[in-house]
Amino acid sequence: MSLEITVVLLGLAVLLADLWMAPERRRALGYASAAIVGILLLNTFDSHSGTVFGSAAGGMFVQDALSIFFKRLFLLATAMVLILAVEFSDRITAGVSEYYSLIIFALAGMLFAASSNNFVMLFVSIELITVTFYVLTSFSRGKVASLEAGVKYLILGALSSAFMVYGIALVWGTTGKFSFTELAQVAGDYSQNKVFLTGVLFILAGLGFKIAAFPFQMWTPDVYQGAPTPTTAFLAIGSKAAGFVLLLRFLFTAIPAITDHWSNLLIVISAITILYGNLCAIPQRNLKRLLGYSSIAHAGYLLMGVAALTSAGQAAVMYYLGGYLFTTIAAFAVIVLVMRHLDSEDIGGLAGLSRRSPLLALTLTLAMVSLAGLPPLAGFFGKFLLLKAIIEQGPANHGYYWLAFTALAGVVISLYYYFGVIRAVYFSKEGADAAPLEISRPAQFVLGVCILGIFWLGLFPGAVLDFATEAAQVLR
Amino acid sequence: MTTLTLIFALPLLAALALVFVPRSFAVVMRGTALLVTFITMLLAILMFAQFNGAPVDADGYRFVSTIPAFGAASLGMALKLGVDGLNVGLVLMGAIVAFAAACCSYEIRTREKEFYILLLVMTGGILGAFMSLDLFFFYFFHELALVPTFIMIGVWGRGERKNYATFQITLYLSIGALIALIGLIALYLQSGAHTFDIPALTRHIAQHPLSKQSQNFIFPLLLFGFGILVSLWPFHSWAPLGYGSAPTATAMLHAGVLKKFGLYGLIRIALPLMPQAAQYWMWVVAWLCLGNILYVGWVAMRQKDLNLLIGNSSVAHMGVIFLGLASLNIIGVTGAVVIMVAHGFLAALSFGLSGYIYNQTGTLEMSQLGGLARKLRFVGVALTMAALAGCGLPGFFNFVGEITVFFGAWSQPGLRVVTVFAVWGALIIGAVYMMRAVRAILHGPMPDRWEGIADANVWRKLPYAILLASLLIFGFFPRLLTEKIQPTMTNIVAAAAPQEQPTLAASAGKYEMPANLPMLDLPDNLSGKARTY
Repeated sequence: MSLEITVVLLGLAVLLADLWMAPERRRALGYASAAIVGILLLNTFDSHSGTVFGSAAGGMFVQDALSIFFKRLFLLATAMVLILAVEFSDRITAGVSEYYSLIIFALAGMLFAASSNNFVMLFVSIELITVTFYVLTSFSRGKVASLEAGVKYLILGALSSAFMVYGIALVWGTTGKFSFTELAQVAGDYSQNKVFLTGVLFILAGLGFKIAAFPFQMWTPDVYQGAPTPTTAFLAIGSKAAGFVLLLRFLFTAIPAITDHWSNLLIVISAITILYGNLCAIPQRNLKRLLGYSSIAHAGYLLMGVAALTSAGQAAVMYYLGGYLFTTIAAFAVIVLVMRHLDSEDIGGLAGLSRRSPLLALTLTLAMVSLAGLPPLAGFFGKFLLLKAIIEQGPANHGYYWLAFTALAGVVISLYYYFGVIRAVYFSKEGADAAPLEISRPAQFVLGVCILGIFWLGLFPGAVLDFATEAAQVLR
Repeated sequence: MTTLTLIFALPLLAALALVFVPRSFAVVMRGTALLVTFITMLLAILMFAQFNGAPVDADGYRFVSTIPAFGAASLGMALKLGVDGLNVGLVLMGAIVAFAAACCSYEIRTREKEFYILLLVMTGGILGAFMSLDLFFFYFFHELALVPTFIMIGVWGRGERKNYATFQITLYLSIGALIALIGLIALYLQSGAHTFDIPALTRHIAQHPLSKQSQNFIFPLLLFGFGILVSLWPFHSWAPLGYGSAPTATAMLHAGVLKKFGLYGLIRIALPLMPQAAQYWMWVVAWLCLGNILYVGWVAMRQKDLNLLIGNSSVAHMGVIFLGLASLNIIGVTGAVVIMVAHGFLAALSFGLSGYIYNQTGTLEMSQLGGLARKLRFVGVALTMAALAGCGLPGFFNFVGEITVFFGAWSQPGLRVVTVFAVWGALIIGAVYMMRAVRAILHGPMPDRWEGIADANVWRKLPYAILLASLLIFGFFPRLLTEKIQPTMTNIVAAAAPQEQPTLAASAGKYEMPANLPMLDLPDNLSGKARTY
């Protein structure tokens, strides 16, 4: 638990440092906290080298391959988001240091989520993430859209938290168990108990809100569009991945006996989420809104791996999230760097980008191609694994074949809008602003890491796949 | 690095290197593309020449090399390259067409950097797809080559219907590829071999055949997935318009080479691994291929635009290849492979020439053209020869393939009716539209406004000369290729149609025809063979 404590202390330190630090040195503060998060990331490769697993706080907090996988993902995402936040800081009118420290507190919530093995820990970590995101979302106080996004996220987030806590109460009321491990032993006995099942459904609704799965996806486009871009990036990967790690733990360690009977529900939710996200993304002109809908679609693809109910499916979810990390951060980094001086993030703002900055144009293109799931990039291999996982289950339940075909339809639809972005980057008429873009060294570093990550996961999947497979073993 | 690795990696590495060249150096882009495709072509020719002497591994592949760093060992996936009789000709043809396409790309005057990067990626992807002996990378490289196709048509395409054509080709080919992907994944899972290695998978399935139920599920996915990629009727409508709107080089590479990927997949994977389903579905294919040959041939007759005509005729030729597959015997499938190679040269030649005419005149409407042979002496002759090759004149490689396919199909008693229609369609309808096009474009009075056009100079002639020479050399010496193809086909057909094996084995001595034909007295010898059926 030392990692989580360090992160919380880092957040407090950043808050305190603000009191004594001259305003013009805030940039350095952001870079320093990103560097510390990066060091913590490297540290996970050293201290927890595979076998040093255990639990703390009476089994509420577990450390295993699954939690390590997600913690590395969260740390990497946070380090890059912090650098993006520094790049974005000139648009934040006041309280830049608070912005950094809130990101770090959200990271602490995600790290707890990765290790939570108990409903209390689950709820506390999810609230820590969500509450910090209420503030992060509305941080551009001068913009009405940002405030609107914050209010929407607050209302709907509070509603979903209420559902979740009610669900937890119902589950506890029927079984008397908070711990996932203990619940797993008795969950089978309650498979006909309607109160218990209602509780489970409410918890799933709360988690569905976090990952933006249908029918809890309503907030996504508005919040993605209105929130400050680094927040959106963090929401897209961090918050979603936290939702998925909790979903995986809940479904497969707490109530495996129930989950086994719910494959059809998961198939249907996954299929509708894929179609909804992809179809709604078609007419979008605002890049962040488009990515919001695309993130709904990707939640649907990820749910395919959950719906498969196998280790292969769970490993595919993790692998896909790894690829999604690099592609999403890359896309939002480009938005931050290109559009920080524009009022809206219209796709037209990308015109002439290939001349203004070849590096940004290349990064955005790779991100879009990878999101569309085309080789040789990360997204292709991730989708390949997800498809393989559900086709493997096909002979048992033909619904999986329909899900596979739905996913294919989604992929074909998505080609249209992803290529639309690439077209705007390379082949549209020159925009009014043709000045070359300056990119700072740390931002170049983020772009470089993303490009390498996208290619690495697409071409050399072996190492990460083995890690994800090992992590998935925890769940069963 | 082995020869095969170099053949596919050189274009991809060159594309990567070009990313870092500033866009103002358009000459560097074009020079690099020409040089790299030229080296690739030389390597492929070298590989083809050394093929007979190269050591053979247990599965009949040569030049095998494995690069395990790509792929995932836990899934049984590794980049493995190799050639046998089936793909050696396709790799050679792909490399030659790639160089010709790079030569014909001088028409690109805007955004050269992006164009040549995409062209090189497409080349590397195509060659990789045909050489991969790993199921995953086989698909991977095809997708890698497909994406540049869409972008090139969308950006550098021509004509008013460019956007619609891009939309249509993207939709059709993505759906086709993804359906095939589901089939391939299902095949991997159902086989239980836990390997994507095609030779290992083939060996495993030979010992543990797939259940009839899973064959009947997977085979249609592969057949129609790959079929869409090859413009099997009625999924062909993307092809003529797509090629009509594509820049010259893209049409040459896609129609010539990349399109053959679907057929290659059917022969390499679907037929030998799912013989029972193949037996059943090939009857369907036999009738569908008449749609290609007769219906699309008829459509081609009505075309007024040269590129649409060539596009339709290329769809019609695919029908003949499908007929060869449907025959499921050594002769028919060998013929199909021969046409795959021959049509690659021919389609590239035809689209290259039509691209030249378009660049000179700005139109391909046949009613606007006429009498161009007076001005375009070389191009005119080349176009006439391409048209003659297209209607199957002896001396060109296409003839060897078509005649072999027809003999193979005729020897299948159930396919005789289809064969009769197909012969009519391929020889008569094909001749009608090809000759009409030659008359409309090259002969007759020449409108005054074409006074200013000029024939190709030496460098512009080069790609056409190479393609024509390939057609003629293989046309006169088909053994160069057929004797490489035949041993492989014997294995594949033996796996695909096991119950017919006794008769085939018994008659193998009599049916050695494509390999053993003395070249100059072809007709006599063929008629003699024909009577033995």
